[in-house]
Amino acid sequence: MSTRVEPGHDPGLSTTAERRAVVGQAGAMPGKEWVIVTRGLKREYDMGGEVVRALRGVDLAIRRNEYVAIMGPSGSGKSTLMNLIGCLDTPTAGEYWLSGDLVSQKSDDELARVRNREIGFVFQTFNLLPRATALHNVELPLVYAGVPAAERRRRATEALERVQLGDRVSHRPNELSGGQRQRVAIARALVNNPSILLADEPTGNLDSQTSEEIMKVFEELATQGQTVIMVTHEPDIAAHARRVIILRDGVVASDDRGEAFAAKVGL
Amino acid sequence: MPFLEAVRLALAQIRVQKLKSFFTLLGVMIGVMFLIAVVSIVEGMGRYMEQDFVGKLMGINTFELRRQPNIQLGDVTEATWREWQRRPRIRMSDVQPVVSVLPAGTRWSTSSSDNVRAETDYQRLREVQATAVSGDYFTIKKMGVQEGRLPTPQEMELGTPVLVIGEEAAKRFFPNVSPVGRRMRIAGQPYTVIGVAERQGSIFGISLDRFLIGPEQSPLIRLVNPHGVVDEITVQAPTVQVMDESMELVRQVMRGRRKLRPSQPDNFDISTSESALAFWNKIKAKMVIASVVLPAFGLVVGAIVIMNIMLVAVAERTREIGIRKSLGARRRDILAQFLVEAATLSTVGAAVGIALGIALSQAVAAFSPLPATVVPWSIAAGTLVGAGVGILAGIYPASRAARLDPIAALRQE
Repeated sequence: MSTRVEPGHDPGLSTTAERRAVVGQAGAMPGKEWVIVTRGLKREYDMGGEVVRALRGVDLAIRRNEYVAIMGPSGSGKSTLMNLIGCLDTPTAGEYWLSGDLVSQKSDDELARVRNREIGFVFQTFNLLPRATALHNVELPLVYAGVPAAERRRRATEALERVQLGDRVSHRPNELSGGQRQRVAIARALVNNPSILLADEPTGNLDSQTSEEIMKVFEELATQGQTVIMVTHEPDIAAHARRVIILRDGVVASDDRGEAFAAKVGL
Repeated sequence: MPFLEAVRLALAQIRVQKLKSFFTLLGVMIGVMFLIAVVSIVEGMGRYMEQDFVGKLMGINTFELRRQPNIQLGDVTEATWREWQRRPRIRMSDVQPVVSVLPAGTRWSTSSSDNVRAETDYQRLREVQATAVSGDYFTIKKMGVQEGRLPTPQEMELGTPVLVIGEEAAKRFFPNVSPVGRRMRIAGQPYTVIGVAERQGSIFGISLDRFLIGPEQSPLIRLVNPHGVVDEITVQAPTVQVMDESMELVRQVMRGRRKLRPSQPDNFDISTSESALAFWNKIKAKMVIASVVLPAFGLVVGAIVIMNIMLVAVAERTREIGIRKSLGARRRDILAQFLVEAATLSTVGAAVGIALGIALSQAVAAFSPLPATVVPWSIAAGTLVGAGVGILAGIYPASRAARLDPIAALRQE
């Protein structure tokens, strides 16, 4: 690990040198402190004869407890990258190490297990089951993890209390505001203690005040030690993160600290 | 995902869309309902046939010697009928030779029946069935009297014009009075009613109590048969073995008397309740098959309906499936969820069908001459069939759901 300290270096954040070092060791399992390491990640689609190269070799290293935003214009491949990080998809080439586990070539069933244990999704459209209560929505990952009913209920209730919704456990999504729904989604994402919280445009369907509330929640979770990865196209949302990665044309174009990025875009 | 969870989820799904679920289940409901009802009716008829019908008309270990079979359960061809008509009749002169070969412990009787016109002081001339009997007729038939008495051996021998009449005949010919000791005129001849028989009951709604019985030696015989002819000689044995033995002996005697060559078939009929039942058993097997095949059509339709409804459900809930997969549901979790849903749906339909089937059988038993007994195996079969239909119907939709790509599924509206 490098001892060089960059000006204004955030001690929690990995340095460029550190990242380059771990990415460079092709085939080697990264150290325990690295939650995500990708090496030359490629994803190509065959669209009726034409090959679309959504990702053309993405190298990433994200350490535990980092709060990262991934940005990029449409066509940059950020959605594809998010799907790969979230283990919803497998890469055409390259390595993806998640918490020391090489997930890039796992089977569907194995990926489902990884999603259940390691990944907490938060979607733009909340994606809650409309006919289930908040409690049951939050219980869902535990159901698929095989946790017995009583323990499930306890942990789900705790997760809802963590997001200040302890009094709304029996409400259905249509009885909750947008902000509350997203908080239920966040509780659901956290209930299984995942390695990463993966949020896709988490404030896309929320007004600015509610957006700020949700950003505060993410901030708090990051302070408590959760690794948070947020995909967004809004610069002022991205600026909340401590590290901003910008994708362009299927590769990483820039990787800055949050403040540097904010300065760049004039926030 | 544990099984009970999935079932609870499925039941919740049904509760949420009650009307839609009802229509989905109609096919299965009706199929199972008819399965239960028809099997009960067939079973009821079978029991009835074995115990009541044949038991009432023919006793146990009893056989009858007649010109042609008495109880015919089925269609007889023209040719067969004509052959029967050409046969010689059983005669009174056959009685002694037949009786002489019967082993000890057997009883015998003869009877001849036809409709006659009778009248009393209380009833104008009216048709009624009259039977002229000899031998141990009443003992073999297990017929006693509720009023009066049976004929004495002397009366039987001498042919005294006495009658034992059935309960319905008593009501008809002697309304509101006791018939015992009163007179009935048949073809100008007066008879004295000495007894009213115990109630015999009915078969398929037809009363068995509209009869007159008198001694063969009385003038009654001339009204029911030509001279010297009887309709049947009945023999009752103490055991099945003695009955079989006796049947063979009687057959040989009759073949001898009719001078039949070994290659020629019998030109008379010896039948027991078994031969009468044999035909019933043949058609019973066919009826049981029909009772399963016909509801099967309803079930096939039901299965197709459930499959289509599930396909629609999968399409509507594609987003939900995507969400579940993103949270860690494996293919088999999704497959199980939808299979259990289809099976639960179908089993609920079967349960309703069973209840309706039981109600239908009881209605049929109450309001029609057909008997119906609900059979436990049909209920178990109905339940299994219900679950089975659901599982089969759900396989295709459930596997489609399981194979959905989560990314694409999440994009759905």
